[in-house]
Amino acid sequence: MSSGEKYVAAAYAVVLLAVLVWVAIIAAKLVRLERETAELATLARRPAGERQSTDG
Amino acid sequence: MSAYAADVAALARKDLRLELRAKDTLPAMLLFVLATLVVFHFALPPDAGDDAAYGLLWVALVFTALLGLGRAWVPEREGAALDGLVLAPCDRSAIWLGKALATLAFLVAAEVVALPAFALFFAPLRGTALLGVVLVDIGICTVGSLVSAMAASSRTRELILPLLFLPLAIPLIVGGVGSSISPDGGKYLLFLALYDGVFSILSWASFEYVVTE
Amino acid sequence: MSLNRNVAAIAVGAAGLMALALAMVFFVAPEDADQGISQKIFYFHVPIALTAYACFGTGAWKGLRLLWTGAERYDLESYTAIHQGTIFGALTLLTGSIWAKASWGVWWAWSSNQLVLFLVLFLFYCAYFMLRFSVEPGTRRARVSAVYALFGVALIPISFLAIRLANDFIHPTVFTRHGAQMTGTMLAAFWVSWAALLLLAFVMYRVELIGKHIDANLRDLRDILTAR
Repeated sequence: MSSGEKYVAAAYAVVLLAVLVWVAIIAAKLVRLERETAELATLARRPAGERQSTDG
Repeated sequence: MSAYAADVAALARKDLRLELRAKDTLPAMLLFVLATLVVFHFALPPDAGDDAAYGLLWVALVFTALLGLGRAWVPEREGAALDGLVLAPCDRSAIWLGKALATLAFLVAAEVVALPAFALFFAPLRGTALLGVVLVDIGICTVGSLVSAMAASSRTRELILPLLFLPLAIPLIVGGVGSSISPDGGKYLLFLALYDGVFSILSWASFEYVVTE
Repeated sequence: MSLNRNVAAIAVGAAGLMALALAMVFFVAPEDADQGISQKIFYFHVPIALTAYACFGTGAWKGLRLLWTGAERYDLESYTAIHQGTIFGALTLLTGSIWAKASWGVWWAWSSNQLVLFLVLFLFYCAYFMLRFSVEPGTRRARVSAVYALFGVALIPISFLAIRLANDFIHPTVFTRHGAQMTGTMLAAFWVSWAALLLLAFVMYRVELIGKHIDANLRDLRDILTAR
């Protein structure tokens, strides 16, 4: 590969990497959201009166 | 209209009177700008031309203004006076204008000493440069008063003010330096006037939203 | 927001356009006579910059709507749009720097007005996030953010003018690079590439916004469930 081609590849690779990093961050957020909804689902399934304010 | 002007005058006068009594911000700005000029002498290489010195003048002025702007809303903060002002039956933008005028007065007062000192230490200032100083001052004080109010709602106040202000100050530095050294200084003065126009109107219109919930 | 139903479809569209764009850039558009293959970076670098402007403009518009109507949703939309703008702005600087190295042998050139402009804007919008993280959530934060977003959009043309004026007396080493003398296929590749990147930015914006809405709803849900 000539040096010009290397730079072109680098430039396009940077964009691809940025999008992948963004996907990773969104994935981490999704995992956190899943955990939170699971917690809330447990809270919702308990009968009323038992629910305590925990970590909020 | 005259009620608005009266409000602005009253607010500006309040700030000036507070400063005359306390005498803390203005002496600090004066000393700071002189000290900065001396530091610049040591920072510049011996063969640096006048152009470099002119560049540093504007840096000194912007940072001195930052010093003053950091203190701009302190009188209102202590004693929660800003809430009182906001509740007062005056146009909120009058608060901003009064503050901008008072800050302008402090900055000009500091420059009365700083500019002759600069001319003495480094290089003379031509007419377009002095006009540039006036226009840059207006820009600094209008935008700075608004941005300083923004910083006041932040937890990190003095820390965040330079971060918010400096990118906005870059065009002012370009205009100022250009008015000092460029053969076509008038072009830079026009640019500064454009900056002042655009950002004054923007600051005037949006101040209300920065201080109310 | 019924638009959310279409996000997946728009994402597919973005992927298709992106594939088309890459095909056009690398197999159809002719190689530039002067710059050689490194000119191909242009097909991503400039659309990314334009997309960043579009995102900042959207952020400012949403901010204006917030100040106008007071509707809380505009705060999240403005914030997300500016977030995308900052991402694409950073990409502009990165691809621009690589292009500078490929064209002129230097990683940075103060004479490149667009690079310098994006540096200033990057500083400005990074401060936006610092401001946002240091103010308590609420109406005040939403309003201050909106005003700052409006200042940003006013800064773009003024900064650009300033940088152009600054070049008169900074006397940088002037690098020349022509952009607009493009042949028909080059122009077509450019437009397709820009469309693909705009759609990508839009999809990213929508996905982030959905995430933030879920966050907000979960918070409310938690408050309701733990209060019973």
